[in-house]
Amino acid sequence: MALYSEKVMDHFRDPRNVGVIENADGIGEVGNAKCGDIMKIYLKIENDIIEDVKFETFGCGSAIASSSMATEMIKGKPLSEALTLTNKAVAEALDGLPAHKMHCSVLAEEAIKSAIKDYYDKNNIEYNHKLFPDCESCGHCCDG
Amino acid sequence: MFKFFRKEVIILKIYADNAATTKMSRAAIDAMLPYMSKIYGNPSSLHSDGQAAAEALYSARERISQILGCSLKEVTFTSGGSESDNQAIITAAKLGEAKGKKHIISTAFEHHAVLHTLEALEKQGFEITLLDVGEYGLVTAEQVKNALREDTCLVTVMYANNEIGTIQPIKEIGAVCREAGVLFHTDAVQAVGHLRINVAEQNIDMLSLSAHKFHGPKGIGVLFARKGIALRNVIYGGAQERGKRAGTENIPAIIGMAKALENAAANIEANSVKLTKMRNRLINGLSEIPHSILNGDKEKRLPGNVNFCFEGIEGESLLLLLDDKGISASSGSACTSGALDPSHVLLALGRPHEIAHGSLRLSLSEENTEEEIEYIIESVKEVVEYLRNMSPVWRDLVSGKKEFVIK
Repeated sequence: MALYSEKVMDHFRDPRNVGVIENADGIGEVGNAKCGDIMKIYLKIENDIIEDVKFETFGCGSAIASSSMATEMIKGKPLSEALTLTNKAVAEALDGLPAHKMHCSVLAEEAIKSAIKDYYDKNNIEYNHKLFPDCESCGHCCDG
Repeated sequence: MFKFFRKEVIILKIYADNAATTKMSRAAIDAMLPYMSKIYGNPSSLHSDGQAAAEALYSARERISQILGCSLKEVTFTSGGSESDNQAIITAAKLGEAKGKKHIISTAFEHHAVLHTLEALEKQGFEITLLDVGEYGLVTAEQVKNALREDTCLVTVMYANNEIGTIQPIKEIGAVCREAGVLFHTDAVQAVGHLRINVAEQNIDMLSLSAHKFHGPKGIGVLFARKGIALRNVIYGGAQERGKRAGTENIPAIIGMAKALENAAANIEANSVKLTKMRNRLINGLSEIPHSILNGDKEKRLPGNVNFCFEGIEGESLLLLLDDKGISASSGSACTSGALDPSHVLLALGRPHEIAHGSLRLSLSEENTEEEIEYIIESVKEVVEYLRNMSPVWRDLVSGKKEFVIK
């Protein structure tokens, strides 16, 4: 299928880090089934390092590939670094996504940030709210 | 341990997307070739090259009109179903407008060639009533009768739906329209060549058909319009098609279409029996997948059409994995349409968005085999299970956090 790059197809056919983490330190879920894309990220955090990360996705080829690549990019990294992950970086790592599929990489970025925010909230850790997606006003997903 | 896919060397290649388009038959291809290499004149030319082409054009028109049950003058060649739909609807609308009638009745699940033409007319002050197709994708003649008004100028109802294959009671609807004196058009693109159609017997005033749905070439179709209906041009220019559709006739394609239609018409019963058996086996096999549902009436549907929703997964990923397994199919998910909304057909049945996203359409032809059907069933089961295992939606359903929509 010429629609997707080889890298996208690889991550789609052979996704890394699929699954759940029991008693995860941070869980983030974004998107909605009405749009047709939902991503859920589970984080295991030790000393501010992402020891393990797992994902589950309901979505198209781009969505699955984006989540897979995003988890690979943050695994073993410090939280501070994971927070700098952008959707552009994910898309680039995948050798690009079709224009109308870029929102899948945005969702991956938001899912990770959402999981980290959850970890901070659970542990009453202070953080800069501006760094995190504001789901009410972002308008990336379709209207509920 | 998570199971993953590799792109296997494809040994088996199964084409199950005949509703999108069909492979041209050898007979149609062979029929076309001489008209590209030997008889290539313009039918409007006076010389013998042109006249040879004109004869072929006449003969093709004759054969096609015989199969449809109409006369030569009632057949207009177009570039396909979309153009025919446009011309039919615009004609009826303009005829109605001249009499002060600007109400049109159609259905909620027509092809976009119909719906978008109606939307354009709406902007010109026409009022459109779209009939509800219910849970099973069927409208009734009664519904049409109840919707008719003094100012209705057209009823347009598709013969068989392209996504879910359900067959509408065309003859009865035609009768209701005849009695009320309202023009009746049917988009029969998915039905011609697969179901027996006779425009006179079935009270049809206008009909659209397209060759590439019955093993003919792409880019050619017919608009049937009953004598007395003055077609409005969509394409102005030369005098071809009695001045109603300009453009040098695509002779090779017209010949290919005529041949394909002849073969299809001759084999309708036999093909229907063969296809229905495979279709029903496929429906039964896929029904074994938990939390799945057939879209559209089980009986009143095209012999080769199967359409399912599988809860908890998304259609595009389903198609990609089936493609890896050598199976070509289609889906009504938003991702496959490039829009944010999934198929308007599935939504019209009342399927919630999240369910409509997880749809799969398989449309068979006489070339598919029973062995292929078994392989399709096994493959779909495998792929659905795989995708469900990585779906957070499925996890929530199975854990009881959310309630299943499809029981």
